[in-house]
Amino acid sequence: MEIVLVGLNHRTAPVEVREKVSFTADQARRAADELRSRGILEETLVLSTCNRSEVYGVPPETSHNCLSGLASFLSEFHSVGPDILTSSLYHHYDRHAVRHLFRVSAGLDSMLLGEAEILGQVREAYRLAHEQGATGPVLNRLFQGALEVGKRVRTDTELGSRPMSVAAAGVKLAERIFGKLAGHKALVLGAGAVSEQVVTTLRDRGVSDLFVMNRSRERAVELAQGFNGKVIEWADWDAALLKPDVVVCSISADEPVLSRGILEAAMNARGNRALFLMDLGMPRNIEAAAAELYNVYVYNLDDLSAIVQQNRQAREGEVPRAEAIVEDHVGKFLSWQASVELVGLVQALRARLRAERTSFLHTRLASVTHLSPKDREHMEVLMDEMLEKLLIEPAERLRGERELRRKIQNVEALRDLFLSNRDKG
Amino acid sequence: MPHLFLYLTVLAYTLSLGSYVRFLRSGREISGRLGTIFLGLGLVAHYFALLERSRGLHTVPYHDLYGSMSLFGWLLAVTYLGLEFFHRQRSVGAFVLPFILAFFLAAHLAPADRLSPTVAHGPIFAFHVTLSILAYAAFALSFVLSLIFLVENRLLRNRHLSELVWRLPPLELLERMSRSSVLVGLISIAVGTVLGFIWVDRLTGQYWYYDPKYVITLLVLLLYAAYLQLSRTTTWRGARASGLCIFNFVIVVLSFTVVNLYLSHSHRYF
Repeated sequence: MEIVLVGLNHRTAPVEVREKVSFTADQARRAADELRSRGILEETLVLSTCNRSEVYGVPPETSHNCLSGLASFLSEFHSVGPDILTSSLYHHYDRHAVRHLFRVSAGLDSMLLGEAEILGQVREAYRLAHEQGATGPVLNRLFQGALEVGKRVRTDTELGSRPMSVAAAGVKLAERIFGKLAGHKALVLGAGAVSEQVVTTLRDRGVSDLFVMNRSRERAVELAQGFNGKVIEWADWDAALLKPDVVVCSISADEPVLSRGILEAAMNARGNRALFLMDLGMPRNIEAAAAELYNVYVYNLDDLSAIVQQNRQAREGEVPRAEAIVEDHVGKFLSWQASVELVGLVQALRARLRAERTSFLHTRLASVTHLSPKDREHMEVLMDEMLEKLLIEPAERLRGERELRRKIQNVEALRDLFLSNRDKG
Repeated sequence: MPHLFLYLTVLAYTLSLGSYVRFLRSGREISGRLGTIFLGLGLVAHYFALLERSRGLHTVPYHDLYGSMSLFGWLLAVTYLGLEFFHRQRSVGAFVLPFILAFFLAAHLAPADRLSPTVAHGPIFAFHVTLSILAYAAFALSFVLSLIFLVENRLLRNRHLSELVWRLPPLELLERMSRSSVLVGLISIAVGTVLGFIWVDRLTGQYWYYDPKYVITLLVLLLYAAYLQLSRTTTWRGARASGLCIFNFVIVVLSFTVVNLYLSHSHRYF
């Protein structure tokens, strides 16, 4: 009962290859079906995100060639040349496959260290495969373990708790002033890609009203529609700056758009209610002197990038703790797996010894002529009893002693020691 | 075990402080909860320590300076806990607990004088004292909150974004907490003062005689009422209001020290 993993991610494959090998939910289902019907895998699960495509599986015990089977299946399924694939694919067995998955769900293998989405993606992939009936006892246990690891890493460490993008850092800063942003209003100046990212973050944080202002009204309307916001005419500062608590600027202009004078007038009109300004423009959109105004908080791209940099270091500092959690759960999973395998091993051993006993009696006792049939029968029974005693006792102990199961992790070695190839199946 | 509750109180408050500091640093919910639980246990132990002390002295706990300091610490803890529940915010605990602990230790480790019982007794008097001390505790709390506000505001405006900034409560919340704390203080000092006049009236038949304490209490009342009003206006909103709140507390401390010790005739320790 081994676990195999074949896949590629952002480290091993460029985006051109990754997009060819990625699976939609439907494709994942179809691939899982085919892998099982062709007998390449017994249990299977496809995990596909924008940064990785991985197939986890348990091959039939008789299969010796599962890896090449999987690789050629992938190249056939996605019609990608095998030579392109083989250079990008990685594969792991057992312990390493388990560790790989647990690190993935912890966010340790992500492009953005500690990102949160991956845990949801693992959960979704597992749900799909489970509903489809593609998983079995091994993968069920494995993925439940992976979800547990992901949850524990996020609650017990700070790997995922700090903002890693300029937009998220800015929004988090605004929360230092206003608390939760739910019910607060925001103005977005400029309607480019950066603005869109910030708007998404603001919406996620529960900002109630969004105002968009842009030189080209058309683009402003487009952005506002996507997020259910309102458009404000360009340069109508009195209307624009009265209500919002958070202002995000990302306009490409040579001169600052928001001068100290404009903001001073706005603050008077607002009754000095605190105003948080995120200046993502380069060159800056807000006059530097505006930061001196009472109850005005201005952060530019450099300030926010410094926070992101700080957070990256802090996250990296959390990696050893996250890795320790991963190792802990890898150990737990392997000891569970070993206990299941040990029970199987004891059964196989018993069958093997029974067969051995029969042939032994047959060949050796044939030459002993003075035994009556009754004596022969008696000897067979005695031998049976001894074998049972030798095997039943360890089997019983295995069932009862968790510590013993933990120690015996390499069941394969035991199998190799006692059983010849012929008996393994 | 004559000092059982004393030790228990110190232990509980210290553990609470440790948990709150841990919460501030790690942001883990469990540490914050532990802080609250230990603070609650500390409050109970502190209560019994106060009882024990007043039994030993055969008088109310606020009859001497140490007693009133201990009661002050206890009421500070009560007010803080109330505020914590009301605003659902634990990151201030680490800043308040040192004060509570300091007042408790200063009060209980000092030698207790054996005093002769005085005329100061009865429920009206007890409420007068307790409410007044509660008011001072609430003002002290708003002082701490305003101080945190000013520090955090300065860090944010100067873009010194150290670890600490991410752990402190949001500025708006600090303002709200400070305001509600001052409101509690204003109500209790108003009621407490009225009770004081009633008590004096019953005792002597005349409710008014000049005491510098009256003047300064009136001043404190006015200043905090002004703070409540101004903290919502254009000019004062934010850091300036917090500055005023800090100034007000300086007056309270003056009232507690200079006026009590040198000027007032009947308000020695509160």
